[in-house]
Amino acid sequence: MTGAAVTASDRPCLPRGVRLHYDAVRETPVLLGPEIALMLDPIGKAVLDEVDGARDIAAISEDLARRYDAPRDMIEADVIEFLQGLAVRRLVDLS
Amino acid sequence: MAMLAELTHRCPLSCPYCSNPLDMVQRQGELTTAEWARVFQEAAAIGVLQLHLSGGEPASRPDLVELVAAARAAGLYTNLITSGIGLTPARLEALDRAGLDHIQLSLQGTTPEVADFVGGYKGGFARKMQTAAEIARLGFPLTINAVMHRHNLGDLPATIALAAELGARRIEVACVQFQGWALKNRAGLQPTRDQVDVAKRVVAEARRTYAGTLAIDFVPPDYFADFPKACMNGWGTTGLNIAPDGKVLPCHAAEIIPGLVFQNVRGASLAEIWQGPAFSAYRGTDWLPEPCQSCDRREIDYGGCRCQAMALTGDPRATDPVCRLSPFRARIDEMIALETSAPPPAFIYRKLAPGAV
Repeated sequence: MTGAAVTASDRPCLPRGVRLHYDAVRETPVLLGPEIALMLDPIGKAVLDEVDGARDIAAISEDLARRYDAPRDMIEADVIEFLQGLAVRRLVDLS
Repeated sequence: MAMLAELTHRCPLSCPYCSNPLDMVQRQGELTTAEWARVFQEAAAIGVLQLHLSGGEPASRPDLVELVAAARAAGLYTNLITSGIGLTPARLEALDRAGLDHIQLSLQGTTPEVADFVGGYKGGFARKMQTAAEIARLGFPLTINAVMHRHNLGDLPATIALAAELGARRIEVACVQFQGWALKNRAGLQPTRDQVDVAKRVVAEARRTYAGTLAIDFVPPDYFADFPKACMNGWGTTGLNIAPDGKVLPCHAAEIIPGLVFQNVRGASLAEIWQGPAFSAYRGTDWLPEPCQSCDRREIDYGGCRCQAMALTGDPRATDPVCRLSPFRARIDEMIALETSAPPPAFIYRKLAPGAV
């Protein structure tokens, strides 16, 4: 992707070298990447669990909205903001 | 938490800013494969998530592939910090199969002339470029480590462009920090104030140009800063360093601090060492002197770098002398003025003791 804004039709994936890990010492999920270990809250973990390189942000948000019984628009805005933050650091790639 | 494992001090390059200590460990003193594997397990057990395999040149260890496999088996995110020399295509493929997560490739310059002069190794640049192409072919995530100083800061735009061209996702533009061999070569490496100002602008512009393709981390030269860096993000909080012989250090330069007792993984577990005397010496803020103790930035920089305080003031407990509030700050400004007004002296290249293998 470029520096352009992330949209609902972007398809996120975890690039090689970035992976989810369960930190047994701190008892928390983390996203591991080059020089980074990002502690994930339950929301971040839920979003990243859906990132499979196949579905776009709209589809992911739809599923999360259904599962958590929350307004889809709100979820989608949160997902975009969260993934945009990761994409800038190349912890998520978007296509 | 991150652990830097200096697998060996052997290296085909002899960069004059090497972070290794002046007094290096020889081959026969290095930890064995089995000892490293045990240390990786102990590291994971105390909460280490990131492992940096470094040196010297880690590829100088014939058991590098086994070490990577052992690190992954311990559950660690495994990063190889290398010059690229000694990584043949077959070896890179084996590292790939062993689960290596990421590679950090050092860049001494963007042309053979500069790079081979800085690295002190003729033909090194050409071999590095071959390794980089192989890394890209195998799809390894790549970070370029570019140490910048007086001799190559002018090439910063080309350095960033080369990183993008090599397919790196990230470049670390690190202005040389004056520890280890770099301290010995400070006069030859010290950037001018103009170079530093231009570099900041180049980085800001490149961050816009490469947004989303190449992440650019910039380590500014702390001699030109107003406040010190939080060395190691706070002593004994998030990082540890294992020397090739198993000595455990709170930071790679800590051996210059007199009076600290460094334990060895051959004699104690990492969990014990983490709570031991060297790691407790400057942990937290209780030990801080004035003006740090009553400073608002106390929890931000923890008084700065202990090794820098030792090297420049002779007192490891002093406020880091780069701080504007340090009585020694004027001395650093004089040093910069003096060193940058004269032509750079010849490098003293890094080398193991004479006769070493």
